[in-house]
Amino acid sequence: MSAALLPKPQMRRLLARRMKFHLLGAFLVSMTSAALYKFGVAEPRKRAYAEFYKKYDPMKDFETMKAAGVFECAPPK
Amino acid sequence: MLASRVFSLVGRRSISTSLCLRAHGHAGVVKAEDYTLPAYVDRRDVPLPEVAFVRDLSAQQQALKEKEKASWSALSVDEKVELYRIKFNETYAEMNKGTNEWKTILGGVFFFLGFTGIILIWQKHFMYGPIPHTFSEDWLSAQTKRMLDMRVNPVEGISAQWDFDKNEWKK
Repeated sequence: MSAALLPKPQMRRLLARRMKFHLLGAFLVSMTSAALYKFGVAEPRKRAYAEFYKKYDPMKDFETMKAAGVFECAPPK
Repeated sequence: MLASRVFSLVGRRSISTSLCLRAHGHAGVVKAEDYTLPAYVDRRDVPLPEVAFVRDLSAQQQALKEKEKASWSALSVDEKVELYRIKFNETYAEMNKGTNEWKTILGGVFFFLGFTGIILIWQKHFMYGPIPHTFSEDWLSAQTKRMLDMRVNPVEGISAQWDFDKNEWKK
């Protein structure tokens, strides 16, 4: 063959290389998605609930709802 | 070998006449059908198929095969390519080449989605009756007001979007 030879391709450890790539990738992807969910969804939700119940007065809330007439057994009078 | 065993067990007379007809005097051996012989296949995981691609060589190709038996450095590049093409149908590159089939498939999918859409529009216009009265503007406003009065989902939901002091939606 007078044309230039192609470089010899990788012959060994093909599965090992693929496995390393995919194990690392799977670990990173799952950890990232878990972190994103925790800090994007779970933590804000916990904060929202904490904030809401800090200044929540159930009796006042009840009186407001009663006045609006939504209770069947506790009419506004 | 198995056929000769059958002969000895069963006896020549009970072999069916069609077999004898096909034998044509070839010592009682039936011509093998194509599908029973090893086949050529272009597959990524089968690098060396059981048979060469070209089964019946022309005179020119046979001469080339003879030349192949001598030193290979005497072969030109074209002859080497010809020998390759005798043995294989497609190169790996040709075998793995993508097609434009996905465009056809996507086009077909969109076409049928559109057709379904036309059917649905026709149905809404010509077939279905009026929607329930509970979807009117007045009813929906009254419904939303009642939900807010009841404090539905006050933490993160609808009541959290309403400003109860200013009596309007939060910005």
